Amino acid sequence: MASNKDSFGRTLFIVVGLCLICSIFVSGAAVMLKPTQAENKLLDKQKYILQAANLVNLKAAPLSKSQIQDTYGKYIQAKVIDLKSGEFVDSIDGNTFDQEKAARDLKSSFVPENDIASVRRVANHAVVYLVHDDQGAVKTVILPIKGYGLWSTMFAFLALDPDMNTIQNLIYYDFTGSGETPGLGGEVQNPKWIAKWEGKKLFDEQGNLAITVTKNPAVASTQYGVDALSGATLTSKGVQHSLTFWLGEEGFASFIEKARNGGLS
Amino acid sequence: MADAKELKQVLTGPIINNNPIALQILGVCSALAVTSKLETALVMTLALTAVTAFSNLFISLIRNHIPSSVRIIVQMTIIASLVIVVDQILQAYAYGISKQLSVFVGLIITNCIVMGRAEAYAMKTPPLMSFMDGIGNGLGYGAILLSVGFIRELFGNGSLFGIEILRKISEGGWYQPNGLLLLPPSAFFLIGTLIWILRTYKPEQVEA
Repeated sequence: MASNKDSFGRTLFIVVGLCLICSIFVSGAAVMLKPTQAENKLLDKQKYILQAANLVNLKAAPLSKSQIQDTYGKYIQAKVIDLKSGEFVDSIDGNTFDQEKAARDLKSSFVPENDIASVRRVANHAVVYLVHDDQGAVKTVILPIKGYGLWSTMFAFLALDPDMNTIQNLIYYDFTGSGETPGLGGEVQNPKWIAKWEGKKLFDEQGNLAITVTKNPAVASTQYGVDALSGATLTSKGVQHSLTFWLGEEGFASFIEKARNGGLS
Repeated sequence: MADAKELKQVLTGPIINNNPIALQILGVCSALAVTSKLETALVMTLALTAVTAFSNLFISLIRNHIPSSVRIIVQMTIIASLVIVVDQILQAYAYGISKQLSVFVGLIITNCIVMGRAEAYAMKTPPLMSFMDGIGNGLGYGAILLSVGFIRELFGNGSLFGIEILRKISEGGWYQPNGLLLLPPSAFFLIGTLIWILRTYKPEQVEA
């Protein structure tokens, strides 16, 4: 019996058979649960957009699914823009446009010349989220940005006043892989750090990008400076690079220009 | 049922008498990481209990067919498949929690409790008993996780399951939370204290 069980053919049979059964089991579960997971992911993103727009207080009671969807549907408008020209592209639906997918497609993306945020490819089109108040006027513009930190690509929503200069919020909502170091770089999600961004200005009087994530307290106390995360030099640099890249020429510069000249309405 | 007593012993034994964390000192790493809140501790307990129970069950079912030369790999395949399925289910039905547990659900694969029970028990015991043994050990793991989580969340954050119990000074109350309890090392002290109490109460658990 023992020799029979341990024979070469038997071993191979058991191992291959087991792997087959397990793979069917795992892939079956993955395929069946995919729609629910995708829905969750979208809901999670919408929740962070609402947080960036200061429409919800996540520290208070957690929101139900319908609350998120209702608030999102009522106040948020997702619009697609052409990054180069800064014009709205109404032919693409902002709710279904997948910027990450477009960035991977050679036809609908470009390689930035000065890729300081290590984004590698940028989609020609980008989604921006316009937040309306109850009267229908735009009160916040949310720009999605991303960039490499220490271990991962970090995704964030940058919420600006309609003057396209004053920061309302910088909310990090997703990371590739297992994210930044908890307690150090992971503190980009700490509410205390997020609060430091509110009211800071992106551009100086001459219109040059001035926002700096800095260790220098003298700079951090100005309206263009934010205190860097202690113990997370590379993550802080990543935040700076993401901002510099996405607010620059190859990012949202033309859109910001257009929006400032009344292009939002 | 002549073995009802034995069944009970298998199910409840690991909770106090033969606790996987306190006596066998297995699975401590995840116990440090997920106990800062009761909610994550509970979900982790359920996930681990499910994986241990079903891996024990399946391994026990095919124990007479597993070639001994590759038995560890066979066990790992079964455990890994179960962990992936559990992770997928969490992502689908408890997305927020699965984001918090992140890597630790995946690390159930290497949790010593699961491997230890598969190799030490399920390989030589019939399916039903193995399944119960898995649940029992999951409960033992959970008992420690929940007691540590209870102390850490209550005194570290003033709440239980996210519901405020002790009102914090920062929110206008009187309670000054102990920040150390929210950091992983505090779980070391708590687990150490629990083991100390347990072994004072049951001196036969003391290792020579």
